[in-house]
Amino acid sequence: MKETILLISLTLFALTIMVAFFRVLRGPSMPDRVVGLDMIGVNLLSMIAIISIVLKTKAFLEVILILGILSFIGTIAFSKYLERGTIVERKSDH
Amino acid sequence: MKTNDVILKTTSHVVFFIIFLFSIHVFLAGHFAPGGGFVGGLLTSSAIVLLLLVYDIKTVQKLLPINYTIMTASGLVLALGTASIGMFMGKPFFKHYFDHFYLPLIGDTELHTAMLFDTGVYLVVVGVTLTIIQSIGGDD
Repeated sequence: MKETILLISLTLFALTIMVAFFRVLRGPSMPDRVVGLDMIGVNLLSMIAIISIVLKTKAFLEVILILGILSFIGTIAFSKYLERGTIVERKSDH
Repeated sequence: MKTNDVILKTTSHVVFFIIFLFSIHVFLAGHFAPGGGFVGGLLTSSAIVLLLLVYDIKTVQKLLPINYTIMTASGLVLALGTASIGMFMGKPFFKHYFDHFYLPLIGDTELHTAMLFDTGVYLVVVGVTLTIIQSIGGDD
């Protein structure tokens, strides 16, 4: 029973990633693509968590943390690039 | 135009220390668990990259006055020196020594020379990553 529920949720997360990937490919604007990439990151974290439940191991928990950190920094970098045009500034004006 | 990024700055003050402490945890967890110098160095440099995103290169250079080229060189010297310990003892290059020691508050601890080599890798990874990012990210 539990295994079935976990497998169904894995399939649904995979479907969600496919939908978000469609938005990344065919997004009309750049912010759509950024939100799609962030959504792919969050769903990938959930998939790894469910896989670690299915395999009954704790080895993937650090993968979840590292992927979360990288996705967070990547989203911040993309949004800063969209808003200001640069990612790392030499000298800011404030 | 004056940008309004109070939320980003307040969040980054907390998240920087979380990422940095997690990088130290991953660095020390190596050798028996996933982790080690390379991943720890990459996580530390991603914490500093977060500071570079929130502030700018001048401010971060004032906060952390580190010359990353010297950091890379000292990491290489440390890694090479640790690897050549065995040659002076008449053993092969990269020979690995370890023993059990009793440390106060921690108890029985296994200390390796691989840890010193990992520290060298950590310094090299942080230094090279931040040198690349500072040189390609800061041109006007």
